[in-house]
Amino acid sequence: MATDFAFPDTGAKSAAAVAAQEFQTEKMSLSMGPSHPSTHGVLRIQLELDGEIVTKADPVVGYLHRGDEKIAENMTYNQFVPYTDRLDYLAPLANNMAYAIAVERLAKLEVPARCQAIRVITAEMARISAHLLGLGAYGIDVGAWTVFLYAFTEREKLYKLFEELTGARFTTSYTRIGGVARDVPEGWTDRADAFCDQFLPILEQILNLLTRNKIFMDRTVDVGVISREDAIAYGLTGPNLRGSGVPLDLRKDKPYSGYEQYEFDVPVGAKGDCYDRYLVRGEEMRQSVRIIKQAIAKFPGGPWYATDAKKIFAPPKDKILTSMEELIQNFMLVTEGPQMPAGEVYFEAENPKGALGFYVVSKGGGVPWRLKIRAPSFCNLSILPKVCVGAMVSDVVSILGSLDFVMGECDR
Amino acid sequence: MDFFFQLPLWIQGAVKGLAVIAVLFPLAAACSMAERKISAWIQGRPGPNRTVVPWLAGIPIIIPFLQRLGVFQLAADGGKFVFKEDVVPGHVNKLYFIAAPILAMIPALSTITIVPFGAYFDSAGQLVPLVLANVDIGLLAVLAISSLGVYSVILAGWASNSKYPFLGSIRASAQLISYELSMTLSVLPVFLWVNAPGGQGTLSLFAVVQAQSGTGFFNGLWLGIWMPVSAFIFLVALFAETNRQPFDMAESEADLVGGFHTEYGAFKWSLFFVAEYAHMIVGSGVFTLLFLGGWNPLPWIPLTRVVHGLSHWISFAGHPLFMGVLGVLIFLGKVGFFIFFFMWIRWTLPRFRYDQIMKLGWQKLLPLAIGNLVFYALLIALIQK
Repeated sequence: MATDFAFPDTGAKSAAAVAAQEFQTEKMSLSMGPSHPSTHGVLRIQLELDGEIVTKADPVVGYLHRGDEKIAENMTYNQFVPYTDRLDYLAPLANNMAYAIAVERLAKLEVPARCQAIRVITAEMARISAHLLGLGAYGIDVGAWTVFLYAFTEREKLYKLFEELTGARFTTSYTRIGGVARDVPEGWTDRADAFCDQFLPILEQILNLLTRNKIFMDRTVDVGVISREDAIAYGLTGPNLRGSGVPLDLRKDKPYSGYEQYEFDVPVGAKGDCYDRYLVRGEEMRQSVRIIKQAIAKFPGGPWYATDAKKIFAPPKDKILTSMEELIQNFMLVTEGPQMPAGEVYFEAENPKGALGFYVVSKGGGVPWRLKIRAPSFCNLSILPKVCVGAMVSDVVSILGSLDFVMGECDR
Repeated sequence: MDFFFQLPLWIQGAVKGLAVIAVLFPLAAACSMAERKISAWIQGRPGPNRTVVPWLAGIPIIIPFLQRLGVFQLAADGGKFVFKEDVVPGHVNKLYFIAAPILAMIPALSTITIVPFGAYFDSAGQLVPLVLANVDIGLLAVLAISSLGVYSVILAGWASNSKYPFLGSIRASAQLISYELSMTLSVLPVFLWVNAPGGQGTLSLFAVVQAQSGTGFFNGLWLGIWMPVSAFIFLVALFAETNRQPFDMAESEADLVGGFHTEYGAFKWSLFFVAEYAHMIVGSGVFTLLFLGGWNPLPWIPLTRVVHGLSHWISFAGHPLFMGVLGVLIFLGKVGFFIFFFMWIRWTLPRFRYDQIMKLGWQKLLPLAIGNLVFYALLIALIQK
């Protein structure tokens, strides 16, 4: 059907066409993920695009669901420790610690100072390792590959320390209820200290590649702005919340595992954009180094597990092999699990990705009746539909990188 | 040499064509090897250093050296591209899907014929450029043919009938067209300078090099020093035209998976790959000719003078072959530096966003190029008056 235009000149014609909404184009739907280079695992975002502008973003989660919470109901407390490795698999040591402290609070058990210090050191190392990966992956998302490989060189050094301490590089399963799997090896704290010393200048080098880089700032400043109110309303935690200017850090506000003894600052962002979140993570690594160095400087001696908790923590191996009472104790622990009183407890720890919470309900015995995991990545992702709208396709990638989530924890 | 020129024209053409393929493909391959090794050095890792042909592994020194350099890895990768199953997805437009990589190769292979890479004195004492086709429109032909490369990107994205390639090809084609403007405008001052009023005008790249091979202050000056803004704009536009980081909108693998070639694999993908490197080589070559004195070793010290000076010391330095080879080596050295520069940038900087690239192209580079053109037009008019 031909349209007759009353206007002779083309400018007026196109103006009329716009007025008649002739140029309004269709929106395109684009399924970003679950297998996509920048969705950090198996996140899928159903995007609705008007050209390059995102008009709607719908995160689809659950591709990595393994039913961890249900699994927990079918095994003893210690048997679940390896499953916590696989939540935020970039910081298994921090997950191990959060889980152990939750169950210990249920048992009203105090672990000795040495155990607390070991846990703090490992958790902060896990934080550095997780933030390094977040930084590197963020670098890739905005096109800077080299940052990723520099960060991985440092993570490799951390993995060497983890391997020496726990026997595993990746899935460490280091804590037990009431202690840790084994004491630190001879000289390990010195090597950890040496790592911290050489890490700081390298961290500056890595951050130098991005911090004042014009292209990086163009890609991140004022992109994905999360206001203070939104951050609180959507239940964001961790660096993403602090990036929006809320100085909430559970290590400071509700200290656990002896964090109150250490001096460190809580960095907060000013605007809540992708750049602020990047800066916060960078600064948190420096603060983690500070904490590790303090913990190593006053590393306490004494027992490294709760020696008085006979029904929770296994006795030393040499005692098991020589003494009847310890043999029975070990046998009961292995077969029935650590004995917990009936009750319920909720504990949140400041993990690299945010507040990782464990809600444990016990009816007594060695198996939790219900175990609920509050995954920070899951809550942090809930803001995607809000923050992605109006951004460009490339911005979605920046935003995803800056939120720094792990799908293993989100889908659990 | 005379024997060659007595052959029928079509045989000459065929030989030259084969020479292009025989030179450009290994060069592109060497570039991809260099890319992997240079990225490895920048990122503090060894890079490809394991692959070796089993029945050569016993040979000492030379084979371990090549192995560490990754030469065999390169050959294995090349072989993989050829022997891998060449899948054509069911949802594509077959004709255009297959035509796109071919179209990518055509401009890449054609433009190199126009780029001179050296010069020698023939028996009559005449300076003759080493070039496959010394056409008078020189740079115009390079720009015209290389801008056809955009069709391959558009076709690949369109024919793939898939969303990521579609977005990638739209971004890339908009980018390629935008930066061509600045690129063309940035080289105009060069030709204003080379073509003095009253003389015979030319766009030949050989003439540009000749204008930089004198010994006086102005005619020995490399244009990169004389027109730094032009050189800068040309270089930036070159990054955009070759789709290299930070302008690699065509790929931007972080958000568009693989950009316009997401659906491609095997040999067809490798054609895009080779074309990208070929563009880089030709682009670096043109930059060297325009702004860095071509095959002249240093500003104010032209190749002819070096050869003349050397002929006092070395008996065979007066031979045309010596000058030709020396010129080609110097030229390749400069081109090699720029290829390294391309890679250095790629592995250091993040990537722009699409709208930022357009903004940079239209709002920054284009006005700068126009201002630069006006400035040099006035300046040259003043100097030549």
